[in-house]
Amino acid sequence: MSGRRGRGIHFSRLYSFSCFRGSFRDEHSQIGQKGYSRVVYCNDPDNSEQLMLRYRSNYVSTTKYTAINFIPKSLFEQFRRVANIYFLVVACVSFSPLAPYTASSILWPLLVVIGATMAKEAVEDWRRRKQDVEANNRKVKVYDRNHNFQQTRWKKLRVGDLVKVYKDEYFPADLLLLSSSYEDGICYVETTNLDGETNLKVKHALDVTSSLHEDNSFQHFKAIIKCEDPNEDLYAFVGTLYYDGQQYPLSLQQLLVRDSKLRNTEFVYGVVVFTGHDTKVMQNATDPPSKRSKIERKMDKIIYVLFSLLILVSFIGSFFFGISTKKDIDDGKLKRWYLRPDAATVFYDPQRSALAAFFHFLTGLMLYGYLIPISLYVSIEVVKVLQTIFINRDQDMYYEETDKPAHARTSNLNEELGQVDTILSDKTGTLTCNSMDFVKCSIAGVAYGRGMTEVERALAKRKGDTHHDSGITSSNIQRSSGDRAGSGKSIKGFNFHDERIMNGQWVNEPHADMIQKFFRVLALCHTAIPEVNQETGEVAYEAESPDEAAFVIAARELGFEFFERTQTSISLHELDHKSGRKIDRTTVQQNVPHACGLELKNSSHIGHVSPSPENVLFLLRVRSYTLLHILEFSSARRRMSVIVKNAENQLLLLCKGADSVMFERLSEDAQDSVAITMDHIKRYSEAGLRTLVVAYRELSELEYRSWEEEFLTAQTSLNADRDALIEAAADKIERDLILLGATAVEDKLQKGVPECIEKLENAGIKIWVITGDKMETAINIGYACSLLREDMKQIVITLDSAEISDLEKKETRRLLQREGKLQLSSSEGNSIPFGLIIDGKSLTFALSKNLEDSFLDLANNCASVICCRSTPKQKALVTRLVKKGTGRTMLAIGDGANDVGMLQEADIGVGISGVEGMQAAMSSDFTIAQFRFLERLLLVHGHWCYRRISMMICYFFYKNIAFGFTLFWFEAHASFSGQPAYNDWYMSFYNVFFTSLPVIALGVFDQDVSARLCLKNPELYQEGIHNILFSWPRILGWMLNGIISSMIIFFFTTNSVLHQAFRRDGRVVDFEVLGVMMYTCAVWTVNCQMALSINYFTWIQHFFIWGSIAFWYAFLVMYGAMSPRISTTAYQVFVETCAPSPFFWLETLLVVVSALLPYLLYRSFQTEFNPMIHDVIQRRRLESPEVEAPKELSGKIGKLREEDSLLSKL
Amino acid sequence: MNSNTPSSSAGGPGSADLATPRRNSKRPKYSRFTQQELPACKPILTPKWVISTFLLISVVFIPIGVVSLLASRDVVEIVNQYETECIPEESRNDKVGFIQSSQDKNCSRTLRVPKDMKQPIYVYYQLDNFYQNHRRYVKSRSDQQLRNPGSENSTDACEPEEKTNSGSIVPCGLIAWSLFNDTYAFSRNNQQLAINKRGISWKSDRDHKFGKRVYPKNFQNGTLIGGGRLNTSKPLSEQEDLIVWMRTAALPTFRKLYGKIEMDLQTGDVIDVSLQNNYNTYSFNGKKKLVLSTTSWLGGKNDFIGIAYLTVGGLCFFLAMVFTLIYLIMPRQLGDPSYLSWNRNPGGHLAS
Repeated sequence: MSGRRGRGIHFSRLYSFSCFRGSFRDEHSQIGQKGYSRVVYCNDPDNSEQLMLRYRSNYVSTTKYTAINFIPKSLFEQFRRVANIYFLVVACVSFSPLAPYTASSILWPLLVVIGATMAKEAVEDWRRRKQDVEANNRKVKVYDRNHNFQQTRWKKLRVGDLVKVYKDEYFPADLLLLSSSYEDGICYVETTNLDGETNLKVKHALDVTSSLHEDNSFQHFKAIIKCEDPNEDLYAFVGTLYYDGQQYPLSLQQLLVRDSKLRNTEFVYGVVVFTGHDTKVMQNATDPPSKRSKIERKMDKIIYVLFSLLILVSFIGSFFFGISTKKDIDDGKLKRWYLRPDAATVFYDPQRSALAAFFHFLTGLMLYGYLIPISLYVSIEVVKVLQTIFINRDQDMYYEETDKPAHARTSNLNEELGQVDTILSDKTGTLTCNSMDFVKCSIAGVAYGRGMTEVERALAKRKGDTHHDSGITSSNIQRSSGDRAGSGKSIKGFNFHDERIMNGQWVNEPHADMIQKFFRVLALCHTAIPEVNQETGEVAYEAESPDEAAFVIAARELGFEFFERTQTSISLHELDHKSGRKIDRTTVQQNVPHACGLELKNSSHIGHVSPSPENVLFLLRVRSYTLLHILEFSSARRRMSVIVKNAENQLLLLCKGADSVMFERLSEDAQDSVAITMDHIKRYSEAGLRTLVVAYRELSELEYRSWEEEFLTAQTSLNADRDALIEAAADKIERDLILLGATAVEDKLQKGVPECIEKLENAGIKIWVITGDKMETAINIGYACSLLREDMKQIVITLDSAEISDLEKKETRRLLQREGKLQLSSSEGNSIPFGLIIDGKSLTFALSKNLEDSFLDLANNCASVICCRSTPKQKALVTRLVKKGTGRTMLAIGDGANDVGMLQEADIGVGISGVEGMQAAMSSDFTIAQFRFLERLLLVHGHWCYRRISMMICYFFYKNIAFGFTLFWFEAHASFSGQPAYNDWYMSFYNVFFTSLPVIALGVFDQDVSARLCLKNPELYQEGIHNILFSWPRILGWMLNGIISSMIIFFFTTNSVLHQAFRRDGRVVDFEVLGVMMYTCAVWTVNCQMALSINYFTWIQHFFIWGSIAFWYAFLVMYGAMSPRISTTAYQVFVETCAPSPFFWLETLLVVVSALLPYLLYRSFQTEFNPMIHDVIQRRRLESPEVEAPKELSGKIGKLREEDSLLSKL
Repeated sequence: MNSNTPSSSAGGPGSADLATPRRNSKRPKYSRFTQQELPACKPILTPKWVISTFLLISVVFIPIGVVSLLASRDVVEIVNQYETECIPEESRNDKVGFIQSSQDKNCSRTLRVPKDMKQPIYVYYQLDNFYQNHRRYVKSRSDQQLRNPGSENSTDACEPEEKTNSGSIVPCGLIAWSLFNDTYAFSRNNQQLAINKRGISWKSDRDHKFGKRVYPKNFQNGTLIGGGRLNTSKPLSEQEDLIVWMRTAALPTFRKLYGKIEMDLQTGDVIDVSLQNNYNTYSFNGKKKLVLSTTSWLGGKNDFIGIAYLTVGGLCFFLAMVFTLIYLIMPRQLGDPSYLSWNRNPGGHLAS
């Protein structure tokens, strides 16, 4: 332990921008005022004043409910649904004499439905609670009254407690960093859980406390912290530490936030400042925006349609009831005397027939409540949860390498997956692996690197099959690299082959000094942190981005091994090319006193860098550079610099950045290789590579001093424009640079991406790529993943940054309009697909109010759209524009924090759970590990879920209408008096027992075609895009079918039993028997209708469908066997009355078959003359199981889509 | 469109890498259930299936139709409508007045037997336009009171026929109160034909719904007299007319059993009916019919079910023929895309 200590030096110089150690800032003056009133008595948790403040405990609960509020709160949630309120009102009214049936028969189903949903909520909440318990019971070391660090559970932490956190542990609460195992009180923190960034962040204790780094140094430690109240801002913290009679300002630099992790630091001491729900991360926890699928929104509309139908039917009923009631007394004479109209209550009073009709209307609303399916919502919930289980359990969407299965984070959007019209995709990390490989570089005008990128291969392939050989050779190269990896070790992030500069050969190159400087810049100009494996001596890096890691690795492989970073120095093992002999001189800078801890690496380590015998001459030496400043990378600056002092006391500014900003900053004098480097850069980006320009500059002592002064002033300034000042200062020094060269890093396409994109396009899905990359890179990636094809006409809209904005606006408008016209004119004759490429700058104008329509028009007519150089905000804006503008379903897919806006804005957000942390995954609706799984997610699961849910809903309405309307027909024959045709309990159980399970089985298991065929025939997906299965004609068709079924059931039954005997013993059908007959027919009909309409019969379907019918008979027997007190009219009705009558059975057969005929007939004609696409595919599968999809089919559909888009423009 | 692209479809069920699961791997476990690969039959409507389904239906239905129709034809039914004829000519302007008066309501009818009728011959009365299924009417009874001698006061639902001045009415309610009370007596060649009124109600009703120790009380003692009266010395379980009446009918036109004639009748027999026309259907313009009918295994006389079977069967046969013709004359090209539904109407949103 003590060996490690001392490596960080006590040095209060600035480390970087972010290491800003401030004086008191404006906010500090607010301490003690409103919003800044928190007081923490450090290491004194029993302080009476502390106790008086009653801060919350560190117990964390993320559950929605508690044991106490569960019932009221979840009930409230339930009754936010209109349908449920309707049923509640009905249940209440059913206690009044208005009710057509007993109250309990409507109350029970409601209770079951509500209870089931509540149980689901409870189970989900229980799971959350289990996670909470796990977190609350984690252990941490706390300083107790006996001056020892004692293990405690997280939940027992109190504000003011002193805790000790070890390496790789999570912080249990928001802590104030007091000191760390490093002498200067820094520590490294990983914040993946908070912001998804995988890089390590440096936190810095105050000088006054950083000396307290022994367990026993806290015996007399007492301090008071006054700071801001709990808030959700992760990037701000203001406070003051009162210690030893002094005040010290506290900033975010001292705050260790809960749920982040201590890394690369043995231990830290900290004081608990915020606990439990006061912590920043908990304050940040908000529910993601809840999304509802289009189908569900449409379902609401259908419910409204049914409500209107319900009202209409009730109204008709009450109208006729009013008339017939009024006629009961005519001229003082009783007409239907047996109803005693003279002594009627208000509900039947002929004198007040209007009022009676109104009350009857209310009764009707209850009676025909069957039109509104009470169990629909709960069935859908159940089905969706089961569907998500299938998605989560799909082995074909499991990614072995990262050990990640697909995960549906919400169950609301399953069916939406089957209707995606446009996919908006991020590029880096989504289409590509986001594992950067250093493949090429250009140094002093010479291009190095012989590898071939995937894009180049794709380009070569497009140019003709003659280049096929090159593809083979490149794969050979790949293989040889693989061999090399096999024999030695595979180097992640390094895929560079050039014998000219590898293995130390670069010393023989003409520009050896430039090469040396070039790789030094790569080895020094970064924010990576090395991790030396103590046993093997190998160095690994923790870098902010994979690009950066690739540079450091490249530098290492070429002999500039970065192995140590302290706050003020960077140390390298370097090959010394000049002397060619072993240098054992350890360069120790005078101002780097800690360097005594360094030693030359042993020979085995040298061996791994220069394995070949002839290279023995080139040996490593340690060079340390004093790190003076880091001018950090930002997306605005698009460059980063470090200022270092080398062993020779030279002051160097090393800089790397994007070509657009770097070329402006090159020195006028040193333009030697600029043109040729620019050319190289262009070629690199055409090959799909990411490029950076590397340059340096020597600073004179004088110049540096004066600049530093200015820079420090800027840094310590209190003004709001401090950042601008710093930037200006940085800008001042980053110029007159001398060009060294350029790097090219390849971001490989993920496996299977081109194939997947092709499938999705065949399925009729449009794919837009929105990326921050350069246009050339984006276009080439577009080609590589077959988004752009040779036969496409490209429309490129781009703006040069030099122009004035007014002009730009006009230009964009002109371009958009001209292209639009062009498209119109050309599309008349032929159907060339278009590809639109637009850059971020043009996009800004294209998204402005007056242009967005023409932009949308143009984009809609293009087969593929690529937006490059776009910001995260633009991503979200484009998403919103397209979503609002077209009203079609958008799916956004991305992996990084910059995609979050897009993911949340889109109808469906799919996160790639990849390298760039969890931010995107956390805000997405589905996570998958690889882009190619999208194919299966959409074409198989999406298609199935869409089909299942839409069929399920249609069927639900069918079965309830078929049933509900028999009630209406009966009522019409009962003088519209509101008498239900069936026993109360038959009615209540209709939706619960006799028809519900088959629907759920349909929703969970039905498949029109197998997964394999779904993937093979992507055109099947168009059923979802065009929403064919849930279109109004189809929904209304099902409703009509329901009405027809109900008519057949009622009129066939009543006519066949008209009034004659229905048994040999001369008995006639009475009210109860007719009810049983009709009900039996209804149960048979809806269940057989289900059997007819599903495509996939497993034993589960068989069990549920036939089981439901059998259960109806069983129920009749059981219910009828109960004492007449319970069974009332149903007593013995089946056993004694119906079953012995052959007529009963014959009538059932007749009605059921007749009721099914219309649907059967319709489907027969449809499959014969106007088949749906799944019919075609099913037929094809049946007739020739292994037949390939005919080319014309997909070709025709592609054509169709274009016509489609043309039509929509007209 | 290559089927073995390295896409997600690769690596089918139970592929080789399954054999070496990583420890603590999150790989979903394979089961046919979770991978949605349960063995299933996938019926689809091919022309052959359609044709054979329709043929099957017709093959089953037509014979059933024929048999049912024959059964219905076997039944001999005599229907006699009497509500007008049984009112003296002079009172026909005010039928309600007549029926409510205390005049002699005797009426005689003559029935001719068209065909041999085997015993038992069921005697029904048929009422028309009588809403026994009216909600007010259906609910107006007290099952508890009917069943249980102790609960004669549970008459909540019976309003307005729940009690008289002298106490609760047993049986209470509108149904009982409006008990049908026309009576029939039959004679052939001046020889009385006995009518057996036992066993015309359901056994379960007699045994469990109408109490053996519940006797009528205060029945038809109110201000308004509804229908028939009851013998107060007989328990309700033996008042079969009441039991039959209280099994309410489903539709406004209904028959109810009056009794059985347990004697064969020959073709040409003339039956004299002496009936008491007491029941008021004139207020609501209801018809009254007297029906004598034999039964078959299928019940009474109604051709509907037979005709319906024949129609559906015939229709299916016709459809089977149509589909066969279509199939033979113009067999459809396999997977012809021009049939795809959106080729006709590309996308709902494009309808212009």
